[in-house]
Amino acid sequence: MAFLTLLLSGPSLMAKSYMSQDEFLLLVIQNNSTQEASAPAFKTKTIWLKKEIQSRIKSILDHKYAKLRIRYKISLDHAEPITVWYLDEIGKERPISFGISVKNNRVQMIRVLEFRESRGYEIHIPAFAKQFEQIGLNNNENLNQNIDGITGATMSVSAMKKMARLALVLHKTVITKQNTKKNK
Amino acid sequence: MKVKNIALAVAGLLSVSSVYATEPTNQELLDMLKKQQAQIEALQKKLNKTANKVKQNDEKIETTVTVIEENISEKVANKTTVGGYGELHYNNIEDDKNIDFHRFVMFFGHEFTDSIRFFSELEVEHAFSGDGKPGEVELEQAYIEMDLTENTSLKTGVFLVPVGITNETHEPPTFYGVERNPVEKNIIPATWWEAGAGFNTRFSDGLSADFAIHSGLKVLTEGGKSFLIRDGRQKVAKANADSLAYTARIKYTAIPGLELTASYQLQNDVTQGESGADANLFTAHAIYNSGNFGVRALYATWDIDSAAAKAIGRDVQEGFYLEPSYKINQNFGLFARYNAWDNNAGDSVDTEKKQTNVGLNYWPHENIVFKFDFENRSGAQDGNGFNLGVGYQF
Repeated sequence: MAFLTLLLSGPSLMAKSYMSQDEFLLLVIQNNSTQEASAPAFKTKTIWLKKEIQSRIKSILDHKYAKLRIRYKISLDHAEPITVWYLDEIGKERPISFGISVKNNRVQMIRVLEFRESRGYEIHIPAFAKQFEQIGLNNNENLNQNIDGITGATMSVSAMKKMARLALVLHKTVITKQNTKKNK
Repeated sequence: MKVKNIALAVAGLLSVSSVYATEPTNQELLDMLKKQQAQIEALQKKLNKTANKVKQNDEKIETTVTVIEENISEKVANKTTVGGYGELHYNNIEDDKNIDFHRFVMFFGHEFTDSIRFFSELEVEHAFSGDGKPGEVELEQAYIEMDLTENTSLKTGVFLVPVGITNETHEPPTFYGVERNPVEKNIIPATWWEAGAGFNTRFSDGLSADFAIHSGLKVLTEGGKSFLIRDGRQKVAKANADSLAYTARIKYTAIPGLELTASYQLQNDVTQGESGADANLFTAHAIYNSGNFGVRALYATWDIDSAAAKAIGRDVQEGFYLEPSYKINQNFGLFARYNAWDNNAGDSVDTEKKQTNVGLNYWPHENIVFKFDFENRSGAQDGNGFNLGVGYQF
């Protein structure tokens, strides 16, 4: 009877939304507000994905990022700038949306905002996402720590690792540009 | 800045006027000022117009970029998807040498709406099919999946039975060893697909369950292969559906790197009316990956309630394997696998077969793998040798 009710009620949304972009930003702000440091304020900025950046992206994703630009948030209130990225990548068939904050060239926090694949939802579990905290890049722009995978979710895990790498590379790019501008 | 320039120009005009004009009258000065004021107003108007144009151009650029990005996204997230995998094997066991394009598989999927999709898997096994040829063309999956709620979906059609490790996840880069393990092949029996309907539901993060009603096995009741589970697969090809099967699975994946799963299947008659034989399958497995280490362990057992099966020891068919592995880096991994299984476990004779494989995988890309392993067969079979393979997925 319960199954019949489910069938008659019709299909609902396939995509599972775990968190909005604003909620993720709020989480980042809370995470960076301590007794010593006040809540950081974020500005929205844009990075245009020119040929050189797309070529670096391609070396990470095996394809270009399907946008002409990426809007990101940046806060310069603390000694170390914080950037927040909202990035999408296909796991097996459908795009997965991630929110990633980066500070001091390390991932501060990564969350699955929206999951649209039919397998591999486990990547959104906080215990899995926690593995990415404080992870950085090695000289080959690979993650410098191991991530324990999930059987049957290889491609979703791979998408999450790639997005963490991309956020770290983009963070480094915009901060380098920011510092060059400051020194001029 | 432009206003400043205009002011300078006005100041310049005034100073020039003072050099060349000889004693202008008050009226002349007033006229000049009026003229200059008109010029300033005209320039200001032009400036405002330019600022408006810049704003409009910004809006146009924003709209164009948004439309281009939407088009790119639509192309990337195509509603119809194509994928696949394949594997070429070379086996050399006791000088019996074979080379075989074991599997060439294509996936086709289509998303009708956000919550209704189609998925299919078409396979060519052993490269060449036809009368007297070694290969087969098989439709292993073709189902419609509907999301009923955020946590529950329904599959209807031909789908892989939710049992074991490799039955549902068997793309070559995802497992060690050239050939799939013999326990899941001979006991479960992977790859195993049936037609019917199956629900998947998530109770909480990392705890999910499946329940499926589907077509069942039809084992042989005579000859040397009678009651062998693997030979009972009807492959949904004009299959006898007198007796359906019911499969339930529970899966726990809440801890990173850990998977604990158990499945149970009941079939009222695995002979589909030939002689009557209730059968139950129970299988459980654990997978744990931590850092570079990994381990997989699986146990499966069939209990067939039939006097004819009992008479030849096939009322119990069971097996297990244990596979530790170590990933040296993201490109290389080593493994060892010990398999033991017995399709005649119900008799008093020692008919257990054993197989040990030790080898390595090399992934030049995360979706491509080269494999090598040594194989040692013992127990109710023997033979030594090695296997080589290359596989891919996309």
